[in-house]
Amino acid sequence: MSAYGNWQPVIGLEIHAQLSTQSKLFSGASTAYGAEPNTHTGLVDIALPGTLPVPNRAALDKAIRFGLAIDARIASHSVFARKNYFYPDLPKGYQISQYELPVVAEGKLAVRLDDGRTIEVAIERAHLEEDAGKSLHEEFHGATGIDLNRAGTPLLEIVSKPVLYSAAEAVAYMRTVHTLVRWLGVCDGNMQEGSFRCDANVSVRPVSSEKLGTRTEIKNVNSFRFVEKAIEYEIERQIRALENGERIVQETRLYDPARHQTRPMRGKEDANDYRYFPDPDLPPLAVTADDIAAVKATMPELPEARRKRYVDALGLPEIDAAQLCADRATADYFEAVLATLPGEAKLAAETLNTQGALHPDAKLAANWTLGEVSAALNEAALSIEQSRVSAPALAQLLARLREGVISGKIAKDVFAAMWGGEGDADAVIEKRGLKQISDSGALAAAINAVLAEYPTQLADFRGGNEKLLQFFVGQVMKRTRGQANPQQLNALLREKLK
Amino acid sequence: MQLAQALRERKTSATELTRQALAAAKNRVDLNALITLDETGALAAAERADTALTKNPASALAGIPFAHKDIFCTNGLRTTCASRMLDNFVPPYNATVVDKLAAAQAVAIGKANMDEFAMGSSNENSFYGPVKNPWDTARVPGGSSGGSAALVAAGIVPFATGTDTGGSIRQPAAFCGITGLKPTYGRVSRFGMIAFASSLDTASVLARSAEDCAQVLAAMAGHDGRDATSADRAVDDYLAALAKPLQGLRIGVAREYFGAGIDAGVAAAVQAALKQYEKLGATLVDVSLPNAALAIPAYYVIAPAEASSNLARYDGVRYGYAAKEPKSLEDLYTRTRAEGFGAEVKRRILVGTYALSAGYYDAYYLRAQRVRRLIANDFAEAFKTVDLIAGPTTPTVAFKLGEKNSDPLAMYAEDVNTVAVNLAGLPAISLPAGFSEKLPVGLQLIAPAFEEARLLNAAHQFQLASDWHAHKPEGVA
Amino acid sequence: MSIDAATVRHIARLARLAVGENELAPIAGELSRVLDLADQLGAAQIDGVEPLAHPHEQTLAWRPDAVTEPDRADAFLALAPDARGGLYLVPKVLE
Repeated sequence: MSAYGNWQPVIGLEIHAQLSTQSKLFSGASTAYGAEPNTHTGLVDIALPGTLPVPNRAALDKAIRFGLAIDARIASHSVFARKNYFYPDLPKGYQISQYELPVVAEGKLAVRLDDGRTIEVAIERAHLEEDAGKSLHEEFHGATGIDLNRAGTPLLEIVSKPVLYSAAEAVAYMRTVHTLVRWLGVCDGNMQEGSFRCDANVSVRPVSSEKLGTRTEIKNVNSFRFVEKAIEYEIERQIRALENGERIVQETRLYDPARHQTRPMRGKEDANDYRYFPDPDLPPLAVTADDIAAVKATMPELPEARRKRYVDALGLPEIDAAQLCADRATADYFEAVLATLPGEAKLAAETLNTQGALHPDAKLAANWTLGEVSAALNEAALSIEQSRVSAPALAQLLARLREGVISGKIAKDVFAAMWGGEGDADAVIEKRGLKQISDSGALAAAINAVLAEYPTQLADFRGGNEKLLQFFVGQVMKRTRGQANPQQLNALLREKLK
Repeated sequence: MQLAQALRERKTSATELTRQALAAAKNRVDLNALITLDETGALAAAERADTALTKNPASALAGIPFAHKDIFCTNGLRTTCASRMLDNFVPPYNATVVDKLAAAQAVAIGKANMDEFAMGSSNENSFYGPVKNPWDTARVPGGSSGGSAALVAAGIVPFATGTDTGGSIRQPAAFCGITGLKPTYGRVSRFGMIAFASSLDTASVLARSAEDCAQVLAAMAGHDGRDATSADRAVDDYLAALAKPLQGLRIGVAREYFGAGIDAGVAAAVQAALKQYEKLGATLVDVSLPNAALAIPAYYVIAPAEASSNLARYDGVRYGYAAKEPKSLEDLYTRTRAEGFGAEVKRRILVGTYALSAGYYDAYYLRAQRVRRLIANDFAEAFKTVDLIAGPTTPTVAFKLGEKNSDPLAMYAEDVNTVAVNLAGLPAISLPAGFSEKLPVGLQLIAPAFEEARLLNAAHQFQLASDWHAHKPEGVA
Repeated sequence: MSIDAATVRHIARLARLAVGENELAPIAGELSRVLDLADQLGAAQIDGVEPLAHPHEQTLAWRPDAVTEPDRADAFLALAPDARGGLYLVPKVLE
């Protein structure tokens, strides 16, 4: 069965994740993004004669960290090799990469698809290599300009096996890797800046065939949407070609987002002969059990484990758990809210609350984290680490809500005020006089005033138009500036309307 | 160093010695031993050394003039590697070796001629023309450190730096009747030394005596964090080791080094030198290096393979020569490299590219690396029973200019006794051991890794008991 | 190993060396002789022998992750045959 009739697409991804180090893989030049061209280059990066590469320990540790997270084999002995080709953004005329013996091999990653299924994606290898510089093709005296700031930035190339069978699976896998590398702190995942990009190997074969078809490689796609579109286009192009009796040419193609199509890349005709050989400037790299243990000691709980814990131990719905775990900072924020909710310990965790959650405040904290907080962050274009309402501050607000000091509606106003810098929840409630009115005398007075004001509606209601109850609730709320305790108001109002 | 003694006793000054060296260099332009003479820099350095010499204790090399092979990058001073490709290249940094000798207050007078990118055994592959052998200016000085060797042999400077990838210090030392030390791979930093074949390249010194070599190596050696292949281990006290008597030293005489192709006069001189060692208390032991004949083929695959990649950076974009009016990127690349490199460099780039290319990697590169291990194992086996291995540095004495440079294979055969040492990464020394046809003959001693002290000790004791190293070409003071 | 002009053209292209058509045959002859020398390796008994890429079986030393290189763009760009506006320039490249 296939969405493509008698054809099955087979996709493998090569993801390039820039490792978030301060300095380059083989030089002490800065990796910071956005500097003036060629100002972040050292002697090694412009490949001056006589210069030699010296590797950055942090890059190795980050590679090991990723390897542990995908349950891979960390090679005790691996080798840096030279990949030889000429290109102006490659100053040495070779890229230092890993070929036969990568540092990370044979891992796997569980990927949850949008349709609810989970697939396990086999990862063949992840290896360390250096990035190239940038060629700027804009008209420059009829020339191409070369900026070597990026040259030498450490990359982890993560190579999946060809085990993805649709563009949707490929993108879901890519998103999962994206979450994971950010979660682990090995890559900032910034796709606009090119910190996380992807080459896709695409082939199609008859559904009945075991043998892989001839593949094409789509180079350097840097958004999830474009990866999906590029793969979709390429699958359809290949099927169309095969159905027309044409042969697929093994080649490198570029995705053109403006036209939503792929086209063959020029100047790569001898791309197949990279003349890899062990870099004689770099002896083999040894990773000891102690090295691995040291990295292991700093491993965070992984997103998949945390997601599962949120469902099993906190009783959160799958969708909330998945959304919280899409990003470690968000999940950490959520947990910090939960941990600092005052009085939380007094409530027995096993008591099911109305949402059916195992943890009484988990759903509340999740709703606010994914709701108000996310919305405010989006609007202000901030990351959750930059949130103007800290997790403990939100916890205080939610405590007042739960205690009945304020209503849910008021809580949103208080949150907005907190976001606007008016102080913590208690200060805002105090200053604005937002305490919920639970005094039955005060509420009764407000109700009486409303009923006196709207005699016509009162008659209608008593005549059987029960829908008008909400009208009266609204009017009382208005009169009390939303501070009426809703449950109490309902009860009192019903009594008065009898 | 005799000069050092004179400096300390104030019989002369660094400035005086430097003026003499500069004058001597200008007096022997016929040798073509220097690519760049740095009078201003040398005199300024000499002045600083004279100041340093007023303070005690000054470095043993303070104020001593010397020359750098033009393969070491010198900040602000043109560094060509004897190639048109780098004819205009002024490095913005110093090689570690350059920094170290500057810190020792030695006075560099300029940059010595060499074979282009250190590829050659006669110094005829220089963009700046061949170097002449001071013993007979119709003959080659050897290569690739030919300029360094000629400067020392001609008495212009007491020592010069050199590099040895396949005999490039030892062979010119032998041809020019001086002492040349190749250290263990990793003992001296390669940072700033323009790469030929990275897993074989070593940097060191050519001088008049083993004692002088010890003095200079002591200043050059040591771990360098800028070279990932640099050995992180303490440097032995080479000078302290010189005095040790050779009683009980076991010297292996490798029979393969006396086979076909060796000149009778060379063999006789080397045998006589070995007899001298016996008199000094050493024992001669017959040893075999069964894979010795495979060293040349292995070397002439591995070195070009590494070179083909190391020299890919010369593309006319960031520094060095660039073809004029390029019509396209391809045109810029291919003409820059065709015009910028000399014939031998291009030949080796092509051979190396071929040896690494799809379909030939296993048959050439990988096979050569396996043979490399066999060669290293031969030495390890021999060193189980002997302390040093001895033989002629070269099978012949210095040959005539033009005699071999039309035949690359004949030229490569010159390296028959030297390249195996580089493949195994071992230290070795060539010291003057007599004459054949009135030309110097070199004796090569090879030691296990990091046993430079043992080599220098054995060479020094020989030089205390003989005067071959004191012989100078006619007319040289 | 005897190699032909077409092979020379191919490897010269890989090595980005311009070689004139009339140079191909002589170069092929020279390279064939060098490769004959290399073919002597065929005589070696190498079964089970691991390749040796680095002389001393060293393992790699690492440096700590720190920015140590200052901005020397002006000095570096001054070395370039053609650099303007802070960029190295090459003839226009089409992708």
